[in-house]
Amino acid sequence: MLIFSVFKTLTDQEVTVELKNDLCIKGTLKSVDQFLNIRLDAIQVLDEARHPHMMAVKNCFIRGSVVRYVQLPTSAVDTQLLEDATRREAMNQNKR
Amino acid sequence: MADVPSQGVQEPFDLIRLSLSERVFVKLRGDRQLTGVLHAYDGHMNLIMSDVEETIMIVEPVEGAPEGEGIVRAVKRNLDMLFVRGDGVILVSPPSRT
Repeated sequence: MLIFSVFKTLTDQEVTVELKNDLCIKGTLKSVDQFLNIRLDAIQVLDEARHPHMMAVKNCFIRGSVVRYVQLPTSAVDTQLLEDATRREAMNQNKR
Repeated sequence: MADVPSQGVQEPFDLIRLSLSERVFVKLRGDRQLTGVLHAYDGHMNLIMSDVEETIMIVEPVEGAPEGEGIVRAVKRNLDMLFVRGDGVILVSPPSRT
């Protein structure tokens, strides 16, 4: 749930999603759900020469399970806030 | 669990919790490894790290060499702020306390 919240705060920011098949897609994060499925607008595929079939695609929905990494804009992430929230969530997990 | 102090390692995830804001080593599927500062994690071992160096090990087959052997080449790459999906994580190792 914590990471889901983080992604929600990052909507309308530019992110780069790297998939498990090595495809890298840069675009504007439009929405995210609890499975960390991601909707991207105005996408641009890095290394278009290797993926010419993606050239016409302008926006897409990415299934969460095929994501390897998401590169986030550093300025949009408050690391101190993240660490505190993570500790708080870890505490709540222990209580259950 | 009630009288357990909040510090100390009681369960495996505590080891990761105590590594928050420290530089950690992460081994991933697909012959990849990361080192970076850990900022967040969850029960799936999804991670958020900053100042990340990724190392990918690529085995290049050599002509005439037996199957499964060849030259191992390490490709490195730096990333500022990274979300890592938990299903690719094999292990997370805290910083060495020396």
